[in-house]
Amino acid sequence: MDKSGEAYWKAVLTLIAQVLAVWFFVSFGCGILFADALNSMSIGGYPLGFWFAQQGSMYVFVILIFVYGKLMNNLDVKFDVHEE
Amino acid sequence: MSLQTMTYLVVGVTFALYIGIAIWARAGSTSEFYVAGGGVPPVLNGMATGADWMSAASFISMAGLIANMGYGGGLFLMGWTGGYVLLAMLLAPYLRKFGKFTVPQFVGDRYYSKAASCVAVMCLLAASLTYIIGQMTGVGVAFSRFLGVSNSTGVFIGMGIVFMYAVFGGMKGITYTQVAQYCVLILAYTIPAIFISMALTGNPLPQLGLGGDFVGTDMSLLGKLDQVVMDLGFPQYTTMTRISTLNMFVYTMSLMIGTAGLPHVIMRFFTVPSVKAARSSAGWALVFIAILYTTAPAVAAMARLNLHASVNTAVKSGGDLFAESSSIKYDERPDWMKRWEVTGLLKFEDKNGDGRIQYYNDKNAPAGAVAAGWKGSELSVNRDIMVLANPEIAKLPNWVIALVAAGGLAAALSTAAGLLLAISSAISHDLFKNIFMPDMSEKNELMTGKIAMACSIMVAGYLGLNPPDFAAGTVAIAFGLAASSIFPALMMGIFNKKMNKEGAMAGMLAGLGITMLYVFAHKGIFFIKGTSFLGLFGGKANFFLGIEPNAFGAIGALVNFGVAYVVSKVTPECPEHIQHMVENVRTPRGSKEVDGSHAH
Repeated sequence: MDKSGEAYWKAVLTLIAQVLAVWFFVSFGCGILFADALNSMSIGGYPLGFWFAQQGSMYVFVILIFVYGKLMNNLDVKFDVHEE
Repeated sequence: MSLQTMTYLVVGVTFALYIGIAIWARAGSTSEFYVAGGGVPPVLNGMATGADWMSAASFISMAGLIANMGYGGGLFLMGWTGGYVLLAMLLAPYLRKFGKFTVPQFVGDRYYSKAASCVAVMCLLAASLTYIIGQMTGVGVAFSRFLGVSNSTGVFIGMGIVFMYAVFGGMKGITYTQVAQYCVLILAYTIPAIFISMALTGNPLPQLGLGGDFVGTDMSLLGKLDQVVMDLGFPQYTTMTRISTLNMFVYTMSLMIGTAGLPHVIMRFFTVPSVKAARSSAGWALVFIAILYTTAPAVAAMARLNLHASVNTAVKSGGDLFAESSSIKYDERPDWMKRWEVTGLLKFEDKNGDGRIQYYNDKNAPAGAVAAGWKGSELSVNRDIMVLANPEIAKLPNWVIALVAAGGLAAALSTAAGLLLAISSAISHDLFKNIFMPDMSEKNELMTGKIAMACSIMVAGYLGLNPPDFAAGTVAIAFGLAASSIFPALMMGIFNKKMNKEGAMAGMLAGLGITMLYVFAHKGIFFIKGTSFLGLFGGKANFFLGIEPNAFGAIGALVNFGVAYVVSKVTPECPEHIQHMVENVRTPRGSKEVDGSHAH
């Protein structure tokens, strides 16, 4: 396996892009752009689009940061650049 | 015990607690004044970051604005939490590895230029000062209500207390004090929300209660609210967009990237022990922030419903909103209204002379209102008072109302102190010590910092008397300024190793400049009343694609990135050793050797 700095950085950027895609989808996507369409469905008594804008996206954000932290730590170990 | 005595008691006890902790952890040397010795664990650092972050804007102002904006208010919620994802991924770990104290230091070293560092100080001052204006507005609201004085007097008292508070301790004192402040403010926010959610929906969790049924009916709370506000001529609560979808999109983006560019929040991540801890600190901070932020929309919707219900008895009974007896008599108004009338933030004007309070949207008056002889809405309620008034409107016990006052003050003070620290370090350390007077003694450096704090408070207090917007709106402008200037420079510093000093400086100046231009055109030059110059741009507000000034930071950031890219292509390439440094910053190993708190 390629353990160079460049390969590590490429892996980091891929991970960031994946996390950002989810980040964008729940907030700007479900919370804003598709909110009207989603409002025809409901979750726990909330219209779904409204729920994403005022509840759901925040829950996803919290999960995203921890998942990112975990995956980054794994990457650091895999490429042997983790802190001593 | 009377409400007034109870409020003094609770506020007094919490203050004694903060001051006690500050004395116990009193800062000694300059490095401790700015960053606590590097050994704060992620969970506690997250809590302190939460207190630092959640200011008067989040605590006092935000839910009131959401109550008014309905669905559109979600932009504050998504914007101010989503930024943490960016911060955790794009900046925090790398800045920690870089191992500096402050944003201007990072910019100065990464862009190998003292001039770049100066520009960063300027951007930082613009964003932080605007932010403090918002805090002063919030502090003014809290003190005016708490001491029963006018709003302006409240701002003056707030200025004095914030000054004493910020000068007293440094970051170390503040870190542990802020953990205590977080606990006070989160209890103060959630306890009344639980009471109210219980009363309106029977569900103690506000996050679930907001989706629940209105008590005694099989109608959902949101459905009931939609119906009431629409009957009174207001737009539907759950679908009301903020101006336009584009504006809402840009506004949210501006708050998100502003979050990741705010100096006092970024400074926090220099204090964690490792890169790994920097990543998880941002996560913990968001957990603690999300507790308040997911409660806020429930507080907003329920406060709105309660406000309508408290002046119109038909809201709860389900009768005719426009029947004469439904509007309450002014002489029989509830006590909370009398208390807020003293501050001048709630006003009643009997337009149709019937001695009753009619509150509705007179710009889109419903047929029933016209038929009933209503001559305009008679109640004006400053949006910033909603959270503080909420427990009073819901008739909660006095100790809960007192606790909310203490929480609001904790929120405002903790953030103002953090911001003042960022300002004082930028001026005394980054400007004087590093650029103008390298042989300045540590004592003089601390003194310069304190003078800078005092000046900032006076400027912010003065402008806070005539604020450009509600507290959260003013703070949103501050985020726009940070978004357009600091965030792009930091991000390019890490992700584009070829970015040179010319590009970064031109980008910051262009981003900050165009954002200030747009904001000042609407709100006045440096927010001074009567100096707005919209006329130059055709006199129409929101003239650029219908985007409001508070949301313009995202556009400013685009300009920043664009200008920086173009300028960097036509100027000398970034030196080899800087490019190596950037490569080194990208990997966590070796972070302990560059621990910022010991490099001083």
